Amino acid sequence: MSASHLPVLQVALPLIAAPICVLLRHPTLSWAFATLVSWALFAISILLLIRVMSEGVISYHLGGWAPPFGIEYRLDAVNSFVLLVITGIAAVVTPYARQSVAKEIAAPSHNLFYALYLLALTGLLGITATGDAFNIYVFMEISSLASYVLIALGPSRRAQAAAFQYLIMGTIGATFLLIGIGLLYMMTGTLNLADLSVRIAEAPDMRPIYAAFAFVTIGVLIKLALFPLHIWLPNAYTYAPTAVSAFLAASATKVGAYVLLRFVFTLFGQEFSFERMPLMEILMPLSLVAILVGSGIAIFQNNLKRLFAYSSIGQIGYLALGISFASTSGLTGAIVHIFNHAMMKGGIFLALGCIMFRSGSMEISALNGMGRRMPFTMAAIVIGGLGLVGVPATSGFVSKWYLIQAALEADLWPVALLVLLGSLLALVYVGRVIEAAYFRSPAPEAPAGREAPWQMLLPTWVLIAASIYFGLHTEITVGVAERAAQTLLGIAP
Amino acid sequence: MDILTHINYWAAIALAAIGLYAVVARHNLIKKLIGLSLFQTAVFLLFITVGKVTGGTAPILDAAYEVYSNPLPHVLILTAIVVSVSTLAVGLALAISIKHKYGTVEEDEINAADNSPEPDTEPNIGSGEA
Repeated sequence: MSASHLPVLQVALPLIAAPICVLLRHPTLSWAFATLVSWALFAISILLLIRVMSEGVISYHLGGWAPPFGIEYRLDAVNSFVLLVITGIAAVVTPYARQSVAKEIAAPSHNLFYALYLLALTGLLGITATGDAFNIYVFMEISSLASYVLIALGPSRRAQAAAFQYLIMGTIGATFLLIGIGLLYMMTGTLNLADLSVRIAEAPDMRPIYAAFAFVTIGVLIKLALFPLHIWLPNAYTYAPTAVSAFLAASATKVGAYVLLRFVFTLFGQEFSFERMPLMEILMPLSLVAILVGSGIAIFQNNLKRLFAYSSIGQIGYLALGISFASTSGLTGAIVHIFNHAMMKGGIFLALGCIMFRSGSMEISALNGMGRRMPFTMAAIVIGGLGLVGVPATSGFVSKWYLIQAALEADLWPVALLVLLGSLLALVYVGRVIEAAYFRSPAPEAPAGREAPWQMLLPTWVLIAASIYFGLHTEITVGVAERAAQTLLGIAP
Repeated sequence: MDILTHINYWAAIALAAIGLYAVVARHNLIKKLIGLSLFQTAVFLLFITVGKVTGGTAPILDAAYEVYSNPLPHVLILTAIVVSVSTLAVGLALAISIKHKYGTVEEDEINAADNSPEPDTEPNIGSGEA
């Protein structure tokens, strides 16, 4: 009985936990509670994924109202996998947050921080779990509003300006999505995603559906921060508290990618998106530019968080590139990259938080000699960075392998070459970090550094170790991603 | 006469365009928020107008009526209005906080303050012991 309610618990649990965090008041208590909740969510998402893989699609009817009239939570291989990624990241970042937040945010508002954090998590999980188009909009706004405030909590005053910029961009994106959903509702009279996909396929060739497609895609691309709609991302990631940067970098853009997948493949269908609408011709050049420009700009950054934020823009390019192939191997690459990039980038941002914790600076010059002073933290950044480059035996290699395979299958060898060029650019910016940390001597006035506390190192290494483990043992991630890709393309249920 | 039959749609489109233009073109953060609000409200109008059924009445079951307006868009927009109000509140709170820290709500002055070589007032947190 209770097991059948797992899909809604995934969303309801953090939603109820957030106000309890506010009432708990005590910083450590609310942190412990948030950690407990995030672990419970992680456990639930594992159970759900196992059930989906063995039994197929789970459809949960909210309040017992049957779809398409009631709201449905519909879990298939795609979103149960994304749920696992998000809750996994939350289960690692929440325990880490305690020390990092204690250092970066003023004490009286710690319980509010955890409440907002849980709300952002609620939104992300809700977007992923729901099978209702309007629900996606509402949850997207819940997660966005919480993230605006989380970003504004950053120590510098620029955090507020960055949050404001994100608020403007994010609201325009979400409102575009709302327009798209409105037009779809106008034409089909339904909001249930599964029902919509049937009716769009039956609908006559009408212009509002084309307009809806354009609005939805642009709205989601803003959330995904695909070039040239990425302007909000570098500032937001740079000035947010480090735990927030790590959480958002690892989860928020991934959910954006999921929504794009859901709308493009499940809702509109591959035939509509790629044959009647020129999605491939638009998405592929943009993602290639994102890979090259994002990685290229990253090379010239002197602020570490900004460097890795631009690197994220490049990595989002890989995600979008995989989507634009619309083939099994392309989508497998994209979905596996959702997982792998979350591990690598989450791990790197957590390690940056350790450096911030000890040195109080995010300038690349602060890294000088850091390889000797904080060996474990720096080793984590190096391994994560090599993953971003795509060195074999890291999980970044797996996703790039599938992307290049997809490019060659589609006879687009220049695309494969550009992917490799993007890896070279990544090598340059990761190389800069390594050079500063291992080959430069620290400034004489630099404080004698110590390694970060184990409560922060352990979560960092969990993510980094996961990124190596899943680089060597690909059968779990690739297996699920392949199944998810086939689900999206309509080959398998 | 085509325009007149779809006047409600044209109104929503015009309002949305005005709002979006204000968001992009204005440099004052408050004016940007006003534009954003206008843009969202225009989309709400679009939804509401979809729910209207010609000759339909309020959706209360009664033997005397057979045609009812669609109430679902109203319900959706009620939720969306709550979202929009919260967004506006967060936006204004951020604007107040920016005004306190920068002394201005003009975007170009904020950028100038950020790019100036003068050391800004960032608290130097994290430099001490844990």
